[in-house]
Amino acid sequence: MRLEARGAVSPAMALAAPVVAVAFTLAVAALFVAWAGAPVGRTYALIFEGGFGSRFAWSETLTRATPLILTGLAAAIAFRARLYNIGAEGQLYAGALAAVAVGGLHGGTGFDLPPALLLVAMFAAAALAGGLLMALPAFAKTRFGVDEVVTTLLLNFIVLLFVSMMLDGPMKDPAAMGWPQSVALREELELPKLVERTRVHAGLLIAIGLAVLSWTAMRATTFGFEVRAVGANPRAARFAGVPVARTLLLVALASGAAAGLGGAIEVAGRTGYVTLDMSPGYGYTGIVIAMLAGLNPLGVVAAAVFVAGVLVGADSMSRAASVPTYIADVIVAVALIAMLVAALAARYRIRLR
Amino acid sequence: MSEPVLRLSGITRRFGALVANDGITLDLAAGEVLALLGENGAGKSTLVSILFGHYVADAGTIEAFGRPLPPGDPAAALAAGIGMVHQHSTLADNLTVLDNVMLGTEPLWRPLSRRREGRARLVATAERFGLAVDPDARVARLSVGERQRVEILKALTRDARVLILDEPTAVLTPQESEALFTTLRGMVAEGLSVIFISHKLDEVLRVSDRIAVLRTGRLVAAMPSRGTSKAALAEAMVGRAVAPPVAKPHARGDVVCVLDRVAMRGERVGERLDGVSLALHAGEITAIAGVAGNGQAALVDLLCGMRAADAGSVTLGGAALPADPRGWIDAGAARIPDDRREVGTLGDLPVWENAIAERYRRPFASGGIVRRRSARAYARRLVDRYDVRGAGIDTPVRTLSGGNMQKLIVGRALSGGASKPDAYLPTLIVASQPTWGLDAGAVAWVHQQLLDACARGSAVLLVSEDLDEIFALADRIAVIHGGRLVPPRPAKQWTLAEIGLAMAGVRDAA
Repeated sequence: MRLEARGAVSPAMALAAPVVAVAFTLAVAALFVAWAGAPVGRTYALIFEGGFGSRFAWSETLTRATPLILTGLAAAIAFRARLYNIGAEGQLYAGALAAVAVGGLHGGTGFDLPPALLLVAMFAAAALAGGLLMALPAFAKTRFGVDEVVTTLLLNFIVLLFVSMMLDGPMKDPAAMGWPQSVALREELELPKLVERTRVHAGLLIAIGLAVLSWTAMRATTFGFEVRAVGANPRAARFAGVPVARTLLLVALASGAAAGLGGAIEVAGRTGYVTLDMSPGYGYTGIVIAMLAGLNPLGVVAAAVFVAGVLVGADSMSRAASVPTYIADVIVAVALIAMLVAALAARYRIRLR
Repeated sequence: MSEPVLRLSGITRRFGALVANDGITLDLAAGEVLALLGENGAGKSTLVSILFGHYVADAGTIEAFGRPLPPGDPAAALAAGIGMVHQHSTLADNLTVLDNVMLGTEPLWRPLSRRREGRARLVATAERFGLAVDPDARVARLSVGERQRVEILKALTRDARVLILDEPTAVLTPQESEALFTTLRGMVAEGLSVIFISHKLDEVLRVSDRIAVLRTGRLVAAMPSRGTSKAALAEAMVGRAVAPPVAKPHARGDVVCVLDRVAMRGERVGERLDGVSLALHAGEITAIAGVAGNGQAALVDLLCGMRAADAGSVTLGGAALPADPRGWIDAGAARIPDDRREVGTLGDLPVWENAIAERYRRPFASGGIVRRRSARAYARRLVDRYDVRGAGIDTPVRTLSGGNMQKLIVGRALSGGASKPDAYLPTLIVASQPTWGLDAGAVAWVHQQLLDACARGSAVLLVSEDLDEIFALADRIAVIHGGRLVPPRPAKQWTLAEIGLAMAGVRDAA
C-alpha cells in the first residue's frame, strides 16, 4: 500500500474534508453512546439542543468559544510556519497571571492609572507574557535545533507550577478563605457583557477581530508570505531571501500573544481572577480546533464554535441522559484524528501496490 | 537467434493518470548489450524497477530463461540471475569490499561467516572479468568508479546472468567510463547479457549491440546499433528534430565577480573549498567541470548567498557580500539551483507567489502589504514569456513537471521583477546543473537562455557534471576536485582526456 500525491487539491475536496470528518466522528461516537446504553438519536438531539438549541445555549457556547478561538489561532498561526506550539495552555495561564498582575487589586488598590490606559496595559502585558514564553522555545529551535514540541509541552507544567506558587504566595487573595486564588481584577477592567443576563462578553468580539486580522495578515502581507514560505520549505524560503529565523521568532511572538490574550480575556470577561482550574485544557483543545480549521484563521472561529457547542451540549446532555460528559472529549478527539486522515486523503490517494 | 534470456511482454504500469509504461514488449538475447534509451521520465527506470521486482506491473508478464518471473519479488529476480547496479552507490561505506559483497548472501542464523569461501569467490570472479579490487579495502576510501566496480562484482558473485546498469556513467570521469565499457565487453564475451540505461547518445552507440528507445512510456523504436546515427536516435527519443542552441557572438567584458583564495570548511568533501580563486567576466560563460561531490555544492552555496567563506574574500560588482541570499539577489545575482523541488521552489505555494518569491519585498510590496494585482500580472507575463505550461498561476508549483518548474526558476532569475521584458540584466548568473533531468527540448531552451543572457552582458557560471553541456556552452572551463580548483582555461585548449584526468585529481594534467 502506498500514498500517491494528487495534483492540486480541489476547493470542493478541501471543503468536503471537514464535513466528512465530522460525519465520521459522530458515527464513531454513536457507538460509545450506544455502549453507554442510551438512545443515540435522543442523545445527539440533547447535545445539539444544549449547545445550539436556545438563546441560553448559544450564549454559553459563545462564551466557551471565546478562549478557544484564541488558542486555536495560537496553534493555527504557529503551525502554518511549521512551528509546533503545544504550549498554548501555559501561555494562556501566563497571560492570565500578567493581566491580574497589571490590573489586579493589590492590597486593596491597583495601579493608579486611568482605566482605559490600564486596560490597554493589561492586554499588552498578557500578550507579551504569552509571546515571550513562546519566543524562548522558538529561539532554542532556530539557534540550537531544540525540538519545540518537547520544550513547549514541558513549559506548560513549569508555568502551571509557577502559577500555583503565585496563587499561594505573592498574588494570593487574602479574602479567599485560603483557596489558591489570585487577587481580583479591578472592576472597571471587566469586559462588558454583550447580551443581557448571559455570560457572553466583549472578549468574543476581540477574538473574532483577531481572527480576521490574522487571516488578512496571512493572505496579504509580506509577513504572511514569509510565514507560509517558511512553513512550506525553510530551505527554499531562505534561498528566496526570507529571513527564516526572524520569521519563526515573530511567529512565536504572535502565536504566544494570541494564547496570552486568551488568558487575559478569560479573566477580564468571565472569572475576574486567576485560579488553577480556569482552563479545562483550552490550550490543547486549540490544537484540535486549528487542525479542524485546516489552519485557516477564519475557519478557527467556526471550528471553535463547533467544539464549544459539543462541550457545552454534552454537559447539559449528561444531566438528562445516562451518558457521561466525557463523550464530548471522545467526540473532539475522534474529530481530530478523522480530520487529519481526511486532510491526508484530500492530498493523497491511497493505492494498493 | 537462440532462446532469449529475458522476455518482457506487454508491460504496463500507471501512476495515477500517468502511464509510465505502456505495453512494452522486449527481448534480451544472451551475450547482448541492450541499451535502453530515453529522456528523463520516458519510463526507463520504471521498466527496470518492474523487472527487478521493486514495482508490480499493472499488466504484462516477464520470463527469465524461459520461466515466468513472479512479480514484485526482488529476491526472485536475484535468484533468476538478474543483477542490478544502481546509479547511486548502495554500498555500506564503513565495511570492506568483501563484507559488502558477502552482505545478504548468508543466512543470519549461521554463527560464523564463511569469509574464506567468500574471498575465494570474490577473487576468482574479479580475475575472470578483469575487475581489480582489494577485498580488504574500506568502501569509504574507494573512488566512485571503484565503488561501481564493487557493485558490479557484487552482482556477478551472485551468479547474475543479466546485469542492469542504471545510468552508470553519470558519475564517472571519461577514463572511468572507458574502463567500464571494457569490462562490459568482457562480460558479454563470457555470455552475460547487459541492459544499459542511458540518455547519452554517443556512449549508447559505442557500447550497445541493440538500442530500444522509450518515449512517454512507449517503446517507439528498437534497432541494431550498427548503422544507426545520433540524429536518428535523437529524433526517436524526442519525437521531433531538436534545434541545437545558437551562440550569439559575445565579447568578454570586465570582471564582475572575484573569489580570492576562498576556503570553506565542511564535514564532507562536497561542502569544502580549499584556496579557490576565480574571476568571472561579463559576457563570458565559465564552466566548472567535476565529478559530483567535489566541492561544487560549496561553491554554488557561496555564490547564492547561502553560506559564507571561512577564509578569503568574495566580491560581486566590487563589493563584498555577506551570506544573505537577499543581498546577492539585490546585487544582481540570478541563481538557478540544482535542486528544483527543495531549493528552487516552494512546492505548496502557488505559481504566482513562487514567481515573485525572490522579490516579494521589492518591488512587489509596499508598506508590508503584497501588491497582489501587480504581482499576479507579473507572474502571468512570466508564465507566458517563458512558456511555463501545465498550470495557471494559482496552482501549487509542486504539480508542475521538472521542465516547467525550471522554466519558472530561470524566468524568475533572468527577469528580476522588472515589468518589461529585457529591462533587467543580471550581473552574474549562477547555474548549477541547470538541465539535470530535463528533456531535450527543455535542455536546448535553458542553454539558449544562458547564451542569450551572456551575449547581452551577464557573467555566467555554469556548474555541471555533463561534459557535453560544458563543451557546448563554455568559453572557459575550470575543473574542481576535492574542493580545489584547476584554474580556468579557454575551452578550446582542453582535450577530453585532460579534463578527465583533472576531474580524477591528477594535478599536473595541464
